[in-house]
Amino acid sequence: MADKKMPDMKRKPRLKDPGKVIKRLLGYLKEYQFRFILVMICIVISAAASALSSMFIQIVIDNYVTPLMKAKNPDFSGLLIMILIMGVIFLIGALAGLAYNRIMVTISQGIQKKIRDELFAHMQTLPIKYFDTHSHGDIMSRYTNDIDTLRQMMSMSLPQMFSSVITILTVFVAMISTNVYLTLFVLIFVAIMLSITKKIAGGSAVNFVAQQKELGDVNGYIEEMINGQKVVKVFCHEEISKEEFDKKNEALCKSATAANTYANILMPIMNNLGNLQYVLIAIVGGALSIFGLSPITAGVIGSFLSLSKNFSRPFSEISQQLNAVIMALAGAERIFELMDEESEQDEGYVTLVNAKYEKGDKIVESEERTEMWTWKHPHGDGTVTYTKLCGDIVMREVDFGYNEEKTVLHDISLYAQPGQKVAFVGATGAGKTTITNLINRFYDIADGKIRYDGININKIKKTDLRRSLGIVLQDVHLFTGTVMENIRYGKLDATDQECIAAAKLANAHDFISMLPNGYDTVITGDGGQLSQGQCQLISIARAAVADPPVMILDEATSSIDTRTEALVQKGMDGLMYGRTVFVIAHRLSTVQNSDVIMVLELGRIIERGTHDQLIAQKGKYYQLYTGAFELS
Amino acid sequence: MIKQLAKSIREYKLPSLLAPLFITLEVVMEVLLPNLMSDLIDNGVNKGDMDYILRTGLVLAGVAFAALAFGALSGRFAAQASAGFAKNLRHDLFYKLQEYSFSNIDKFSASSLVTRLTTDVTNVQNAYQMIIRVAFRAPFMMIFAMIMSFTMNAQLSWVFVAFIPFIALGLGIVTRFAHPIFSRVFKTYDKLNNVVQENLHGIRVVKSFVREEHEVEKFNKISDLIYKDFSKAEKIVAFNMPVMQISVYACILIISWFASHQIVGGTMTTGELISMMTYVFQILMSLMFISMTMVMITMSRASGERIAEVLTEEVDLKNNEEPLTEIQDGSIQFDNVSFSYAKNMEKLCLKDISLKINSGETVGIIGGTGSSKSSLVQLIPRLYDVTQGTVTVGGVDVRNYDIEALRDSVAMVLQKNVLFSGTIKENLRWGKADATDEEIVKVCRQAQAEDFIERMPDKYDTYIEQGGTNVSGGQRQRLCIARALLKKPKILILDDSTSAVDTKTDRLIRKAFLEEIPDTTKIIIAQRVSSVEDADKIIVMDKGMINAVGTHEELLKTNKIYQEVYYSQQKGSDENG
Repeated sequence: MADKKMPDMKRKPRLKDPGKVIKRLLGYLKEYQFRFILVMICIVISAAASALSSMFIQIVIDNYVTPLMKAKNPDFSGLLIMILIMGVIFLIGALAGLAYNRIMVTISQGIQKKIRDELFAHMQTLPIKYFDTHSHGDIMSRYTNDIDTLRQMMSMSLPQMFSSVITILTVFVAMISTNVYLTLFVLIFVAIMLSITKKIAGGSAVNFVAQQKELGDVNGYIEEMINGQKVVKVFCHEEISKEEFDKKNEALCKSATAANTYANILMPIMNNLGNLQYVLIAIVGGALSIFGLSPITAGVIGSFLSLSKNFSRPFSEISQQLNAVIMALAGAERIFELMDEESEQDEGYVTLVNAKYEKGDKIVESEERTEMWTWKHPHGDGTVTYTKLCGDIVMREVDFGYNEEKTVLHDISLYAQPGQKVAFVGATGAGKTTITNLINRFYDIADGKIRYDGININKIKKTDLRRSLGIVLQDVHLFTGTVMENIRYGKLDATDQECIAAAKLANAHDFISMLPNGYDTVITGDGGQLSQGQCQLISIARAAVADPPVMILDEATSSIDTRTEALVQKGMDGLMYGRTVFVIAHRLSTVQNSDVIMVLELGRIIERGTHDQLIAQKGKYYQLYTGAFELS
Repeated sequence: MIKQLAKSIREYKLPSLLAPLFITLEVVMEVLLPNLMSDLIDNGVNKGDMDYILRTGLVLAGVAFAALAFGALSGRFAAQASAGFAKNLRHDLFYKLQEYSFSNIDKFSASSLVTRLTTDVTNVQNAYQMIIRVAFRAPFMMIFAMIMSFTMNAQLSWVFVAFIPFIALGLGIVTRFAHPIFSRVFKTYDKLNNVVQENLHGIRVVKSFVREEHEVEKFNKISDLIYKDFSKAEKIVAFNMPVMQISVYACILIISWFASHQIVGGTMTTGELISMMTYVFQILMSLMFISMTMVMITMSRASGERIAEVLTEEVDLKNNEEPLTEIQDGSIQFDNVSFSYAKNMEKLCLKDISLKINSGETVGIIGGTGSSKSSLVQLIPRLYDVTQGTVTVGGVDVRNYDIEALRDSVAMVLQKNVLFSGTIKENLRWGKADATDEEIVKVCRQAQAEDFIERMPDKYDTYIEQGGTNVSGGQRQRLCIARALLKKPKILILDDSTSAVDTKTDRLIRKAFLEEIPDTTKIIIAQRVSSVEDADKIIVMDKGMINAVGTHEELLKTNKIYQEVYYSQQKGSDENG
């Protein structure tokens, strides 16, 4: 089997190249260029309005109230106009806020959907090797955790950070135009504040990584134990698994406490440092004005106090969002990593087309569906030849290894003529499944040649090659949906009648009819409520409805009892008629009637021949055969 | 539900109480601050009194530090309480799960149990932290800020009181419309994940049938649904902000208008106006937080319910009051046993089974798919309880034994067997925790696993990946048999456990059983006649009933089903000699 060494992919935010990730994410924005600019404008308006609102009181006090207090006959009409103008500005600000939030939803959801769809579509193009060598849980987490953190960043963190930056700029301008010295003081204080935040955020990040890792650890353990819960029960292993669980759970609790503590104390610290700054400004400002170092009025100090508060608040908001952004970028990087995995290469140009005979024996391509399929083979000189699809398979001196160091198949040669049944027999690990993996090009051979109807299979388009091959695997995989839908998977435009006929052929019809809703019974998960044998029968029906010229049955009947198998076999024999069939079986009874039986050992064919020939040869096959029936 | 979950707080009650307590103190400090600040401005800055500035400043700094300390403490306790609560929840769930019987496990399905122990617990943890922090903070903040503002200026305070119902209504409407969409989206998410998962597992099927496009289409359809629903819900939620902003802005404008008059009239100071504004902000923000927590709590309610379901599930297999711990021998008897997974006499899987197996016998069971072979043997180690009749082991009803003692004596190799991540040795020691290396090698030899283990790079220390994916099916089965043998059981049950093992090895395993553990009762469910034909007794099962019992020769003569099975497997061998 494939080398299943799983690469260690612990979930941690490790950003290799944030610049590249950001650039790529921005690429997704292109489609929303116009709307994004609109969002920016709206954010500027909204942020400006909110900055203005925080300065408003001071303006009222300095420009209206104070003069009015000195006036003999206070006239409030100026103030009223000013309030009304502000009211309009505020209303525009609030509406701009609503607008950018709603547009941003469309953008962030749209990008998220696009990334999700691209990710899945790309995943479908990856070679089998990728799935054999990567943990499914790890791939899965890109769809769940990584995309979700990305969405949160886009819809919440980014607008908020941008708005914070706008606020900082607006307030900064207001501050510097009020008083340069105090502005300088505020800047120094903010610098100190930021360095403290950085420290806390650093500690927080370390602990969040630790928490993430422990959480993965605990969840992994839970998953493994629950899936093996019945074994746990049979072995009375409950106490030991509890102990192990407690250990991991305790570790998680510790890191979760630490991580959350850091996150929770950030806000009070930032807030109260802001308050402290307030006091210090009052003192410094007071000192400046009293000792006359700078022309400062009480009003100026007053405005500065509220300005400084509005200046430092967005900094703490940004620092809070920063963690989320880093996590999201790390997630995006993981997503892009998968998207950059090399797709299955397909240089094939020979395609499968419908055809019909014209003028005697000349084959002509046909637009409509005919019963006949041909290989359409375009040549370099512009000519096209048509070869009828027969199912003739030849392997010549094929070598193969899942990785370069280790060759698992040596010098395999075989000839399967249309309609023949070729069986592979041998111990587990002898390379039987590997051979079939080569025929449908799940893996590519290292050396030698495989020809299909005389065409090198490397020249055949993979999708067409696979369409011409039917396959039933030992590990059955059904999809959530009705029984009918699962059978129809073999041929999407099959009618109900065709599906039922296929089910009858596979001998699945009887038990399906007994199910509560017959063919409309919904199968969930991996066939949960059906027995392995029943799932297997459905998967055989699924292959039958596809009606391909070549069938590969990889231990297809191993989980069916022999009595049912005999019945299935009968159906299969009918199904096999006129087809080339490759059978892998550990039960010799299923392969005896094969046209040729290959006995494999350690990746080599050590014996080949018909059942009778092999028995007469008294070699390995004979041993296996007599071993099985010695006692009868 | 809440009562059930609250049981898991336990030793974290103190931090769970301290967190809101310190939050309250923090809130008091925070509410005092604006007051002090206005004082600082009115009496210090505006009057140019440096001495007063310093004095009040010192007090202010002190209050700020106190607020910081209280805030940090409450943050610390909240983190401790929520992480601890989650730990206990996980602990309780996991422990409860260990008590679950097979039928309890069947009822929930493994994947749903995994979600409940992982995602759901995390949701509840976050909600809990939110509750003990924000849910206390926001209302207290509101109340204290109200008190302060009313003592400062009752007239103006009425302005924002007037806005509270407006905001509550606005937020309420938003939640009311957005929430159902959100809960629908989460269900769709499950569907999406399911598609991805199935594609990962069944990628070979997808590729061999060239159904990549079909799958992409299926995925895109669900993805599109999520996109639409999510956008719709979030666009509704976007209204929260303008509702808040408009209220705050309106309050500011209205208050500043009236306040200006009061200040000019001399009944109010400018400092008071500034702190009044701070209170406006504090009160309305609290409202915002309250609505956020409400959403959060309702969202995690489903998670809480799912957790409570697991915790309150009644375990239907329990030890007797005074259980027996000694099992005499490996004899088994079924008396008129009927069994239904659904405990429904209408839907019986086993009908009226009576059967006697002597200690040390080898018994084969043969029957078609769905003939309830597995259901029959699962009653012996009491993985399920009979619906009617009795099953006795060693002459005693299995229900009278201590379950652990019974299962230690009855080793069962399951059909859907699993290995766990860990070395081969660690996996085998499941059978006996303190097994010596010699014992391990011995059982591996009996299970015909020694050869391939010896060929592995690290031999018995070879690491098995989760689910045993790095060993072949046949190797996995032999390891599982070795693991069961290590228990030195009185009864050994193999439920189709050699299906992936070649016939020769299969025969060697049975030979080893016969020679090495002659006193153990051996029950072998098989599909190959060759696996059972040398048994002392062969049971032929058909549609949940015993069709016949006898030796190979007897059955071959008399039983139609057996003959059929036998000849289907012998096909060709007769003619060929």
